[in-house]
Amino acid sequence: MKTSSMTSTATTSTATRIQLLLLGIALLGLIIAPFTFYPIFLMKVLCFALFACAFNLLLGYTGLLSFGHAAFFGGASYFTAYAVKEWGVPPEIGILIGVIGAAFLGLIMGIFAIRRQGIYFAMVTLALAQMFYFFCLQAEFTHGEDGLQGVPRGHLFGFIDLNQPLNMYFFVLGIFVIGIFAIWRIVHSPFGMILKSIRENEDRAISLGYSVSRYKLGAFVMSAALAGLAGGTKTLVFQFATLTDVAWQMSGEVILMTLLGGIGTIFGPIFGAGFVVTLQNYLAASAFPVTVLTGLIFMICVLVFRRGIIGEFNASRLGVRLGLRTKQ
Amino acid sequence: MIMIFGIPIQAFLGQLLIGLINGSFYAMLSLGLAIIFGLLRVINFAHGAQYMMGAFAGMLLLTWLGVNYWFALILAPVVVGITGIIVERFALRRLYNLDHLYGLLFTFGLALVVEGTFRYFYGSSGQPYATPKLLSGGVNLGFMYLPIYRGWVVVASLIVCIGTWLLIEKTRLGAYLRAATENPILVQSFGINVPLLLTLTYGLGSGLAALAGIMAAPIYQVSPLMGSNLIIVVFAIVVVGGMGSIMGAIVTGYALGIIEGLTKVFYPEASNIVIFVIMALVLLVRPAGLFGRDA
Repeated sequence: MKTSSMTSTATTSTATRIQLLLLGIALLGLIIAPFTFYPIFLMKVLCFALFACAFNLLLGYTGLLSFGHAAFFGGASYFTAYAVKEWGVPPEIGILIGVIGAAFLGLIMGIFAIRRQGIYFAMVTLALAQMFYFFCLQAEFTHGEDGLQGVPRGHLFGFIDLNQPLNMYFFVLGIFVIGIFAIWRIVHSPFGMILKSIRENEDRAISLGYSVSRYKLGAFVMSAALAGLAGGTKTLVFQFATLTDVAWQMSGEVILMTLLGGIGTIFGPIFGAGFVVTLQNYLAASAFPVTVLTGLIFMICVLVFRRGIIGEFNASRLGVRLGLRTKQ
Repeated sequence: MIMIFGIPIQAFLGQLLIGLINGSFYAMLSLGLAIIFGLLRVINFAHGAQYMMGAFAGMLLLTWLGVNYWFALILAPVVVGITGIIVERFALRRLYNLDHLYGLLFTFGLALVVEGTFRYFYGSSGQPYATPKLLSGGVNLGFMYLPIYRGWVVVASLIVCIGTWLLIEKTRLGAYLRAATENPILVQSFGINVPLLLTLTYGLGSGLAALAGIMAAPIYQVSPLMGSNLIIVVFAIVVVGGMGSIMGAIVTGYALGIIEGLTKVFYPEASNIVIFVIMALVLLVRPAGLFGRDA
């Protein structure tokens, strides 16, 4: 998944300014949104958008296609649900437990997965995630097919009642902004630069003396932790954790969101997630099977639309003029 | 009662047989995956869907046209193989020059469409496919009861696997295939139609999956999702075996099927994950896979 976007320093500053402007508008929109849209729907979009961005950290910026991110998303949602429901911890601690659990899972899976590259990496992550799925199916604490139901949202910091939809919405929005900011910081740090160099040319990164596997593992764990942040938050929104979140279809969905929005762009996965979640909402009521449409979008994206919505925009004449991407 | 490792021998042999049957399907499916990957460098995620299509083709041929099992055994792979050829001609072909991951993603989308469509028309529940008359019943081997059809599956899959291996290793066509795997441009410059070879290879691979599907139809029920979980296990098997050799794919398929069956005897809770555990161990010891060449 090589997307070499070499922007010169002169255009980068314009691009940054425009991105910041768009960011401001988007944030304003998200603050107004719950007053016009259904908050649960918006929260679902935010959780999946964060999940897709976390996934994109690995695919878009390190060049590793993981087919097992459902394990982190769904795993964290089980951990958070269990901690909040059975131990009675406050929601912020519950989410933290989910994140730590997902990061730990990511560490274990990463150690095995980074031993292979490219297509094998995808298959290994898929198989390991499937193993985790079977574990969740049989383990006691997940309640198998029933899942964990009736997870209480509780009180944030002990005094903010999250059962109020608006309180919950702004809590989710806060987590989303923190998550996206973390990803933005990682991508633009020296660490992120090395990740990109691994994506562009792994052999050269090795010859420059970088311990590539350590960086890959680092990126894998961070991506897993952020996916866990999204999963844990999603559990509190919907108040349940089920096998759906750890199944391989979920890993496929997050790939689709990222691919559709634009691999290797900051905002692409957010758009992709918004599109896919909206689509699912519309089709939920009809008899038309969602998977057929998701599969079709997958095929069309791969055949004619590989840069995704935001990627195509950045590469379009307008995008180039705005300095989002130079012509190649 | 005769015991072996503290387990009644009937239970032991029964699970061994189930393992051998599962292994037969694993071997045929990983064989098809290895052939397709070898030449096209595409991981065929639609392999499970094509396996399911094979089973459905058999069932629909029977209910609509009254085609019996034996003709279906030939017709179903041909029908599915032709759909594979169409997919390769019009879509997969455009992806060869890109990162191999796009091939995986495209076939993943294809699998979703195919499985979703079948589920829309036939629901998620399984439908039975009667065992052919000639192979119904069973024989008492003295120490266990062997349903004839299951014995037939093991023998037939062995014949298919060895036949495919001979086709690739011992015939002229197979030599072209192997040469094109090594260096397609050079082979093409010798006047061999490599694009046609690629198309036929994908057709052959998907046909093999369909053959496994129609053979599986009387044992497992015919359902739209019969291939979707299977394909992930087969991926793990392919990682264990490595994509380097055809024989490697076959041997690993049978071996892991048997190991999975035996796990059901000794530690049933782990039988779902034992193949994945073995994959993880192999990755630690030999990342390229047991028979793999590329690192």
